[in-house]
Amino acid sequence: MENLPTLLSFGAAGWGDELLAGVGVTLALALATLPLGLGLGLAVTLAKASRRRSLRAFGEAYTTVFRGLPELLTIVVVYYGGQILLNAALARIAPGTSVQIGGFAAGVAALALVFGAFASEAMLGALHGLPRGQMEAAAALGLPPSTAFRLVALPQLWRLALPGLSNCWLVLLKDTSLVSVIALTDLMRQTTVAAGATKQPFIFYLVACLAYLALSLLSGRVSDWLQRRADRGMATAGR
Amino acid sequence: MEALGQAFLAVWGALGFDVDLMARYGPRLLSGLGVTLEIVALAAPLGCALAIPLAVCRLEGGPIARNLALGFSTFFRGTPLLAQTFLVYYGAGQFRSAFETIGLWWLVRDAFWCVILTFTLNTAAYQSEIIRGGVRALPAGQREAASALGLGPFALYARVLLPQALIGGLRPLGNELVLLVKASSIASAVTVFDLLGATRYVYGRTLDFSVYLWAALLYLALVEIIRRAVNAIERRAGRRFAAVS
Repeated sequence: MENLPTLLSFGAAGWGDELLAGVGVTLALALATLPLGLGLGLAVTLAKASRRRSLRAFGEAYTTVFRGLPELLTIVVVYYGGQILLNAALARIAPGTSVQIGGFAAGVAALALVFGAFASEAMLGALHGLPRGQMEAAAALGLPPSTAFRLVALPQLWRLALPGLSNCWLVLLKDTSLVSVIALTDLMRQTTVAAGATKQPFIFYLVACLAYLALSLLSGRVSDWLQRRADRGMATAGR
Repeated sequence: MEALGQAFLAVWGALGFDVDLMARYGPRLLSGLGVTLEIVALAAPLGCALAIPLAVCRLEGGPIARNLALGFSTFFRGTPLLAQTFLVYYGAGQFRSAFETIGLWWLVRDAFWCVILTFTLNTAAYQSEIIRGGVRALPAGQREAASALGLGPFALYARVLLPQALIGGLRPLGNELVLLVKASSIASAVTVFDLLGATRYVYGRTLDFSVYLWAALLYLALVEIIRRAVNAIERRAGRRFAAVS
């Protein structure tokens, strides 16, 4: 324990720079997943709120599957299964060629599928919380439906869904650690390497935990700030 | 039992699935499912038993107890379960002699018990937040009525506040149980052959990707059963609750 500063120092002797690079990959993974997951979540929300029964059924099925499956299983299935599917498709188009899906791409795809399922629940709740009069007023003003959705519904949806979405983000941040099982040198993997090389697993896993904790607490600050911004001009009962 | 297995395999073959594969590896998947259920059945109640004192510490404790409970809950809710599991499983090996002295080496030496220990602590953190929220949502009159009846602090919680908080928190507690079922798959990362662990083993042997889909169906069925059971219990409890008030 006495050599903690050396163990965590930067450069060849310590593991500080490796761990920091791992934090970078973890953050990149989460940030790359976020827009994809949000888009997917919004699409699934609209499907679930749709008048078309087939779309609703699709939305419900999607949510049931990706909320119910263990994230680790989803990641493994997307990583290996995606590979098989893609190569099977390629074999038809251009026989003899094959592609390799990277851990990062598979991780982003799997995490976005899971994020989309949870985010759609938060967004659906927000959509139900939106007063009907809002869209009616927009129609009365002569706004076309797509404009009304973009300028009237979406900003309010964002405000109402933000607490739920912040939660989804925190879950996502922690779930990125699972991607380390499919060959990605994120924080978790770097920590495992460092722990193995130095025979100091306790210290390194503790440091990794504290790094995740710091990211979580930082995220809490950011989402508080976003919520305050989204709440501008709103009188709320809370606080 | 044997006949049942044969009948199952016959149906399996009739549906056009690989009978040989199921005959050889089906039992493995089932034993994996058993391990998954075992993990959940141990960690969930143990976590609840730990969550109650934690929640009471947060609600009634002095500054030290309150902050310790808060720190516990922040740590276990703010870090990935995978990192916690590795911390306990690999980290404990560094303190072997210390654990041998206090006679707990058997616990942290075994991957399965490490998993139970970590998951218990993790779910206790989440459950304590649910219970704390449930108690805080109760009207102040409950507390006042209990003290008017001369109930002591223990009876106040055991007879008045906690039963109501647990019923009020049934849905989030059910969600936590579902999360625990899903999280139990992390046990496979530390050599425990739970459902996912067994699936990965079978896939490694057969390279037949369909085993993953069977595992996915088993997980989905498990989660759906829990969801429906919680809904049913909530309806019943809600009815009784409504009749009282």
